[in-house]
Amino acid sequence: MWDYNETVWDHIRNPRNAGPMDDPSAVGEAGSLACGDALRLMLRVDDSDTVTEAKYQTFGCGSAVASGSALTEMLVGKSVAEAAKLTNQDIVDYLGGLPEEKMHCSVMGAEALEAALRNYRGEPPAPIDEAKIVCKCFGVTEDQIREAVRTNALLTVEDVTHYTKAGGGCGQCHDRILEIIEHERKTERVGAPPKPKRLSNLQLMKAVEEAIEKHIAPALRQDGGDIDLVDIDSPNVFVALRGRCASCVASGATIKQFVQARLRELVDESIVVEEAAA
Amino acid sequence: MKVIYLDNNATTRTADEVVAEMLPYFTERYGNPSSMHYFGGEVAKAIEQARERVAALIGADPREIVLTGCGSESDNAAIRSAVDLLPERKKIVTSRIEHPAILGPARYFEDRGYEVTYLGVDSDGRLDLAEAAAVIDDNTAIVSVMWANNETGTILPVEEIGRLAKEHGALFHCDAVQAAGKVPVDLRNSTIDYLSMSAHKFHGPKGVGVLYIRRGTPFAPFLIGGHQEHNRRAGTENAASIVGLGKAAELAHGYVEVEQTQVRALRDRMESALLANCRDAHRNAAAEPRLPNTSSISFDYIEGESVLLSLSDLGICASSGSACTSGSLEPSHVLRALGVPFTRVHGSLRLSLSVFTTGEEIDFVVEQLPPIVERLRALSPFGH
Ligand SMILES: Cc1ncc(COP(=O)(O)O)c(C=O)c1O
Repeated sequence: MWDYNETVWDHIRNPRNAGPMDDPSAVGEAGSLACGDALRLMLRVDDSDTVTEAKYQTFGCGSAVASGSALTEMLVGKSVAEAAKLTNQDIVDYLGGLPEEKMHCSVMGAEALEAALRNYRGEPPAPIDEAKIVCKCFGVTEDQIREAVRTNALLTVEDVTHYTKAGGGCGQCHDRILEIIEHERKTERVGAPPKPKRLSNLQLMKAVEEAIEKHIAPALRQDGGDIDLVDIDSPNVFVALRGRCASCVASGATIKQFVQARLRELVDESIVVEEAAA
Repeated sequence: MKVIYLDNNATTRTADEVVAEMLPYFTERYGNPSSMHYFGGEVAKAIEQARERVAALIGADPREIVLTGCGSESDNAAIRSAVDLLPERKKIVTSRIEHPAILGPARYFEDRGYEVTYLGVDSDGRLDLAEAAAVIDDNTAIVSVMWANNETGTILPVEEIGRLAKEHGALFHCDAVQAAGKVPVDLRNSTIDYLSMSAHKFHGPKGVGVLYIRRGTPFAPFLIGGHQEHNRRAGTENAASIVGLGKAAELAHGYVEVEQTQVRALRDRMESALLANCRDAHRNAAAEPRLPNTSSISFDYIEGESVLLSLSDLGICASSGSACTSGSLEPSHVLRALGVPFTRVHGSLRLSLSVFTTGEEIDFVVEQLPPIVERLRALSPFGH
């Protein structure tokens, strides 16, 4: 059973603004039946460019119902310019949070909104460039992944899967997704939160532990491996690779190029990662 | 809120008689069955009685029964044993609709160079015996096909498949986790070498299973390092749960009767009422033979999880073949294997009854479900 909070439950039980709309000013759709979720957003916009009415229909799970409900509630009364600034994160915040695995439902809401606003401006639906589809299983494009990585500061393939579904099928696109994340992290560094200067050993321990648990271990687990934090003696961090990673010939490279690079990025530039003696 | 439990293929209510027999083994009878004292010996006797009761349920000899930690362990152990025993054979044959406890080990050995064939099924869930005959060969180490499917209830022609395995000297494993306690399972004149069961699917406790190993069939143990279970499964026995398993097996003779009559009648009544009262509803793999307690129904244009949440609000427990999680492309590999279209897989609902299910409960579901389906359809962008 999903751990939905009370606000989400309320929107699931009493969806606001659900159902069709006669003669809407704009319509936007996202998702598809084949992927198991789809959302249609309908807007009525008055002469002063204000959204006066918003309705939605969805084929989707509880989170899709709640995301559409929240989105429509947020939209009413906003100007088109204000509406254009809403992101999936705003939907999540409005609902007080969604389970990680359900984040893609909020992204679907944001995509439907974007499509509706294009429709309102008289633009054709965003063309899908087949060549830019990264995840063939769910038809997710490079741009969609970039957008999700940027808006939600995603760091791992698993994060991207939770937010866009990309990578949730056969898994063949995982390397490509990782490249996109790497690229975004490099170019978006300006927006990253400033890192605290010098950390005490204890602070370092906490920060490293958290970075490993949240961002590094999940990526390794996807490939059947795992990692343990063994010791910290600033700036040295000793780790042990487990599972498939332990026997992998490339384990040395995993430690330096992945674990160390991530920790330097997330925690402290001066970190040196070493493999703990067995 | 009263719970209306229609998710009995996921797990079942532990029968009161089962719990009552188990309790002393948590409290006063805590001895180790391997100990050289009377106190432990009493526990060993209780375990042997449980073994006899399990054997009696499936027409086996008690020496053919190995007690395990769960159905998944039994499945894993069977596949591994065959691979260990027949190292020169590099092929595994199974079906596309097996439980993950078989598909997982199959993929594991596939990754390590084994050729694995996943037999297909038709839209009624029936295996293609001609395909099976064509792929099972002298290079096949093990054939593993389930007795009954957990999502649709379809009963598979295991003896026919077993004969094919025997013709080629391959071992034959059958996952009977969903069959035991619902339909008769008699191994007296069977081609089955290994068979898995799990207590919690027939009103026993969770976390205890059975691996039947036909007398004369070799076995390479999975858990080693202890003499228990005649060196076939190391580890101090889960005595209380094993006693519970034994009691559940004893009671199951009666369940099989009730399943065929009362449970089947309730299931059929529920199915026809739902099909009559909901537009665009379809049964999945409803052809006989199938388990008497299972019903898989798809509702067009709506998504399964939403149905489950609405039912849950009324205290009704069911499950769905939909998987609205990011990490799974394949909502129900079983329904996909049947060729059920994606959309209907997402809109599927599994209702599984038990001997404890009452007519009033079925009436309540039949009354409550159609308006839920209609309400969700009003929300759906499709099908108007
Ligand atoms: C067909 C089948 N095989 C195996 C299992 C696994 O049994 P257990 O839950 O005891 O590991 C299940 C239950 O989920 C099942 O339905």
